[in-house]
Amino acid sequence: MPERTPSQTVGPYLHIGLTQGAYGAREIFGANLADAGPSGRHIRIEGRVYDGEGKVVPDAVLEIWQADDQGRYAHPADGRPLASNSFRGFGRCPTDKDGVFAFATVKPGSVPGPAGAAQAPHINVGLFSRGLLKRLFTRIYFEGEPANAADPVLALVPADRRRTLLAKADPGNPGLFRFDLYLQGANETVFFDA
Amino acid sequence: MDDVYSRAGSRADPPYLVADYVGTRIRAPQRPLILIPQTLSEITGPVYGHSDVLPEEADLTKQHAGEPLGERIIVKGRVLDEAGRPVPNSLVEIWQCNAAGRYRHVVDQHEAPLDPNFTGAGRCVTDADGNYHFVSIKPGAYPWRNHPNAWRPAHIHLSLFGPSFLTRLVTQMYFPGDPLFRFDPIFNSVPDPKARERMICRFDLEATRPEWALAYHFDIVLRGSRATPLDADHA
Ligand SMILES: [Fe+2]
Repeated sequence: MPERTPSQTVGPYLHIGLTQGAYGAREIFGANLADAGPSGRHIRIEGRVYDGEGKVVPDAVLEIWQADDQGRYAHPADGRPLASNSFRGFGRCPTDKDGVFAFATVKPGSVPGPAGAAQAPHINVGLFSRGLLKRLFTRIYFEGEPANAADPVLALVPADRRRTLLAKADPGNPGLFRFDLYLQGANETVFFDA
Repeated sequence: MDDVYSRAGSRADPPYLVADYVGTRIRAPQRPLILIPQTLSEITGPVYGHSDVLPEEADLTKQHAGEPLGERIIVKGRVLDEAGRPVPNSLVEIWQCNAAGRYRHVVDQHEAPLDPNFTGAGRCVTDADGNYHFVSIKPGAYPWRNHPNAWRPAHIHLSLFGPSFLTRLVTQMYFPGDPLFRFDPIFNSVPDPKARERMICRFDLEATRPEWALAYHFDIVLRGSRATPLDADHA
């Protein structure tokens, strides 16, 4: 049997290959997942990425993968029919010089989980950058969501670290959620191994 | 819920913290990762097919008015999973520096010339047998500031999706016999020497185009599912 090809860092020049829009080239993916007008609550998720010295990370790329507003994934392993082809569920966004990323999307519904349990609405996140030899993998949940209490994955996270996975609604901006990532330190984001 | 994707193969990957690669010291997470089950969220992933990619995007030598300088190469191979099954219809994105070792990127200040005829980005989708094929020029080695007189061995960055969010892979392909391997903390971040060798392509005389380009073959093995749903049904 063949064995896996190891992971390597994206390095500092990832934009040439992964986010070519800045170079005037055609992009397949972007940070707007909702431009085709899918049903559901349209939201924006904005945040910053910080390194272990508390400095912003200006050369990361985030990828998100999520279900639609009914909790369905646009993928054959999710056998349920989709409302339309207008939501593909995948987005990619580089951080800017201030370490900021922003996605426009719809709020996902609850997703089926292990043994018939539902998973609270969440967005799957992959993060790549120089200094990361392999992807970091985490989830964005929504603060104040009643379903969080019964979520089987959040239940695996020590209670005092769960807040690192919660996007917070911005009181001054309806539809805007804030979610910062800390690669190290007292607020270190919870990262997963699946 | 049983795992759909094997976990054992990830021992091929480097750890997050590799002290010789200075950038990892302030970016590698310090707390242990939290082990989670593979749910519908993990075993699904973006589906992108041939319609998303244009055929000319697989030829990095045809993106400008003239041809780039350097040694023209064909880079091709197969994308497989750990069970040896081909991974069809899967997006492959690549990027690289030019023949002089310079990236067309604002951050790259290496004193080597840019090539007006070379951007250094390409993409294609694997065919039904998992094959991919690019035409490019051989990238140069380039210096970086990790330690005094640090140089990266020549490499091409590759990004792959596979069938789920868990099969996502970004790696680098190296060229045979590079004298810089032993000095490079990124290449050597992979602990197992046999796994390191799986990042080196092989020269493929059969695939060269006479009087036009040399060819290198590079198979990429993604994380594999333990069984297809069909296999599980009949188990
Ligand atoms: Fe590079």
